[in-house]
Amino acid sequence: MAKPKVAFYWCGSCGGCEEAVVDLAEKILDVVAAVDIVLWPVALDFKLKDIESYEPGEIAVTFINGSVRLSEHEEWVKMLREKSQLVIAFGSCSHLGGIPGLINMNTAQQVLENKYLKSVSVDNADGVIPMPTNSVDGYDLDLPAVWNSVRRLDEVIDVDYYLPGCAPPPDLILEAVGAILKGELPPKGSVLSPAKSLCESCPLNESKPEDLTIDEFKRVATSQPDPETCYLAQGFVCLGPSTRSGCGERCIRANMPCRGCFGPTPEAMDQGTKLISAIASSGTSDTSESAASVAEGFVDPVGTLYRFSLPSSILKRGLKNV
Amino acid sequence: MPDNGFEPKIVGFLCKWCSYTGADLAGTSRKQYAPNLAGIRVMCSGRVDPTFIVKALADGADGVLIAGCHPGDCHYSVGNYRAMRRVPMLRKLLDQFGIEPERVWLEWISASEGDRFAEVVNSMTETIRKLGPLNWKERAEALSGAA
Amino acid sequence: MVKLLIDGREVTTEKGRHVLDVAREMGIVIPTLCHHESLPSYGACRLCIVEVTYRGKTKLQASCTLPVREGMKINTQSERVLKTRRLIMELLLARSPKSPVLKKLAHEIGVDQARFDHITGEDTPLLLGESPSTIVGDAGCIMCGMCVRICDDVMNIGALSFEGRGAKRHVTTPFRHMSEFCISCGACSSICPTGAIELLRIRPHEPDRIPNEFEYGMSWRKPVNISFPQAVPRVPVIDMNTCVNFKTGGCKVCEDNCQVEAIDHSQKDTVEEVQVGAIVVATGFELFDGKELPRYGYGRFDNVMSSLEFERLCHASGPTSGHIVTKEGKTPESVAILHCIGSRDSDHLEYCSRVCCMYSLKFAHLVKDHTGAEVYNFYIDIRAFGKGYEEFYKRLLQEGVHFIRGKAAEVTDVALTPEEEGKLIVVAEDTLLGMTRRVPADLVILSTGLKPAKGADEVGRIFSLGCGQGDFFLERHPKLAPVDTAADGIFLAGACQGPKDIPDSVAQGAAAAAGALSLIDKGKVVLEPITSVIDEELCAGCKLCISNCPYEAIFFDEDKKVSVVTEELCKGCGTCVAGCPSGAAKQEGFEDVQIFAEIDGALLLG
Repeated sequence: MAKPKVAFYWCGSCGGCEEAVVDLAEKILDVVAAVDIVLWPVALDFKLKDIESYEPGEIAVTFINGSVRLSEHEEWVKMLREKSQLVIAFGSCSHLGGIPGLINMNTAQQVLENKYLKSVSVDNADGVIPMPTNSVDGYDLDLPAVWNSVRRLDEVIDVDYYLPGCAPPPDLILEAVGAILKGELPPKGSVLSPAKSLCESCPLNESKPEDLTIDEFKRVATSQPDPETCYLAQGFVCLGPSTRSGCGERCIRANMPCRGCFGPTPEAMDQGTKLISAIASSGTSDTSESAASVAEGFVDPVGTLYRFSLPSSILKRGLKNV
Repeated sequence: MPDNGFEPKIVGFLCKWCSYTGADLAGTSRKQYAPNLAGIRVMCSGRVDPTFIVKALADGADGVLIAGCHPGDCHYSVGNYRAMRRVPMLRKLLDQFGIEPERVWLEWISASEGDRFAEVVNSMTETIRKLGPLNWKERAEALSGAA
Repeated sequence: MVKLLIDGREVTTEKGRHVLDVAREMGIVIPTLCHHESLPSYGACRLCIVEVTYRGKTKLQASCTLPVREGMKINTQSERVLKTRRLIMELLLARSPKSPVLKKLAHEIGVDQARFDHITGEDTPLLLGESPSTIVGDAGCIMCGMCVRICDDVMNIGALSFEGRGAKRHVTTPFRHMSEFCISCGACSSICPTGAIELLRIRPHEPDRIPNEFEYGMSWRKPVNISFPQAVPRVPVIDMNTCVNFKTGGCKVCEDNCQVEAIDHSQKDTVEEVQVGAIVVATGFELFDGKELPRYGYGRFDNVMSSLEFERLCHASGPTSGHIVTKEGKTPESVAILHCIGSRDSDHLEYCSRVCCMYSLKFAHLVKDHTGAEVYNFYIDIRAFGKGYEEFYKRLLQEGVHFIRGKAAEVTDVALTPEEEGKLIVVAEDTLLGMTRRVPADLVILSTGLKPAKGADEVGRIFSLGCGQGDFFLERHPKLAPVDTAADGIFLAGACQGPKDIPDSVAQGAAAAAGALSLIDKGKVVLEPITSVIDEELCAGCKLCISNCPYEAIFFDEDKKVSVVTEELCKGCGTCVAGCPSGAAKQEGFEDVQIFAEIDGALLLG
């Protein structure tokens, strides 16, 4: 019997999700033995026309990671959707928008100008910016169009499952692959990690007092967190309470408050506003002045609360700087 | 005098015991005031999740009013203090997104302050009128695809 | 126990008691002057002598200092006793012939004339450096020493003592100077059997009178008093601020004399916790203070009084026994009643205080009835809204009460014509006549408005009671639930909810009681369904909701490691739901999805 075909594709990606697959270490050999990888740009040399030649649904599972923000990404993911039975959004970027999603605070033009003209280390006396089309020796060359916003994968194509994380932990990947191969998958649209938030498995939750109050914010950039005490209790903004678990608390165990890469829990419509509500409620201010002064101490709310999920937030993007 | 006849759309979250009853009183007293606010009743201003405010603004509201009992008089004793703390933090977040903090109002209106409710609605309508329409969905949509 | 015979009757009593007390208990009359329950027996006046036979010997002895002995035979009415008693009386009269008390007692014993000359000390003792005076007045001191003993032993002051010997022995202060220790308690003057002591000769100041709060300071009271005749419970109260025992540690005469041992000066305030199922708040009202409107002269002019002061004045148990008189004691010839003082005033009480028109009419009628004076009511409107009220108003019109439609502008004592001299003039615009009038009055009554009682706001804070117009407590619904409050189980009754008269207060009291009873009689409580629920499957036990709850209704389940809402304690505010970072908490009836749907609907409008 032919082995099921599996594809990996990356959009606007850092490559971390590819490394996560490699991190399966020797178990990868089991995976490779069980499936037939037909696309993996980072590792294997398959071309567009190879994929185009497949029948619709011929690929069993396609794992797509990276943020979708170029016209090229749109073309590829749409094609892969047609050719695959299951599409799994792999990693924070395709699941939520990811860190590149923070570009939604600006426009594409601003990005290009910043990168090619305004940046301090740029040496571009002629002011050359990449153009969508250019003629060279009579040939028309195209570059993919850059979008003003990062979109989530499921805003462009129909997604069957999501593997969250930046990058998804190896155990989660193995579990997912195993379930697929056995045909024991949860309902379509599920996020393949536990629904409860991080506090449930966080080693520091015991030390969190029931009467937690936050009246002053600390930042990792300027203060050293205590690795034995709940970060919120210390005044650091930890996104754990509004983030799905399943990551093994890798950041916390490295003395870093959770940054929310697994995204919101199923019942929370917006990861950022939910956490702001919880944190603000835990203060002691009882006048508008003191409440405003506490709020002032919260530096860069968008970057802190929506580091991985800005395109998934209710407001989707910022309009201040555009 | 109105520039283009822009009528602000304001969503109000009113607590049942004080501000919603105050709004009722404005009604039964036949007060005339701006019709731009649509009120949503919650039990307490403490029930108002910043998520609601953001959702209203994202879906077409030009302004959002949260009204509760005066501090110290909350029917649930301290619910309104939760609102008092959440709103400034939300305003800071909204400002970074590009939504003027003046679009989100937090007012304390008691059940007997029908006049004050009408005043707040009038005043907020005028402020939002001057700020202009928010049009968040349309503006965000416009920047979602190709440059 | 000791057995003895008194006047031929056998009696058994405890050892150590005095014959006088035992005999009096048996109903035998023995006169005394220097005996008092609060002081140990002294044997000074000797009037209580009896004939005692003991161990074969018979003699006369003062019964107040004679302890009972087994086998004693006492005769209180023998010829010898009576004769000797009369002689003693004559001797006492010789010392103080003018004392009415002595003369009366002498007459009772059978002495009508003293055979002895009046004795005084050689010279009436002078107080050094002061004008000639003695502590002892014309009534005559009989040297019983009770004043000295009560001041020293009971009151713990010791301002008086005996001085001198023989005929010159008298009672005076140290060095005969005006006393700086005397506290003007009046114990000496009230215990003196002949009324010989004049307090002003001991201490030159009038004692600070204690104003009677119930009579609004129009009369005085003692440190112990019954607040007013209709007080419930009708028991006297000891005022710790003025009672001598709390100043000097002495006195306690009341405690010594109380035969049912109902007095305990060592009582302290205690805090008691009572668990109840319903509460009725009825903190009442207080009057608007006329001093806030200085133009009416309240506090400046003696004869301008507030409505409650006038209520006491015209009351039969009041300071003047119901005689309506000016401060100078004269019956007034004209009385002015000023309506709406403080009420219907945008600078003070915006609302109408509801009861003042009717009580003003009542006053008008009383004044007319008791004094026949000319009565002038200065009003804005006559609000006679209740049963029989309009008829009462009509009756007053027939009684000749003058009604001037115009709120009084001021009360002045500056006379512009001879008729106005010595009177208070009420100046008002008579809007029906269209002219300003000056009406001279001997007495002005201000019909002041009603405010919530002092300290009511504290009470309101404890029970989370909202306040409405005028800072009166807010009812749940002005038409449909006038005695309920926003909180289940807490009811309002009476003027604390808004100014009202007695029939309405009684009706509200009954309504509140009915509400309370219906709640506690059922034996079960109906809960609101809009409580908060935390989904065990979604709750990660982050504990951030626990401190959010105003009612401490959420606890952390250590076994399941999730937070749980105690449904009976949850009041349905939804604060925990808004503050739950993972969306595990939901409020029945106000779930996020429901509110999102409402937002969508709201945005469709307009």
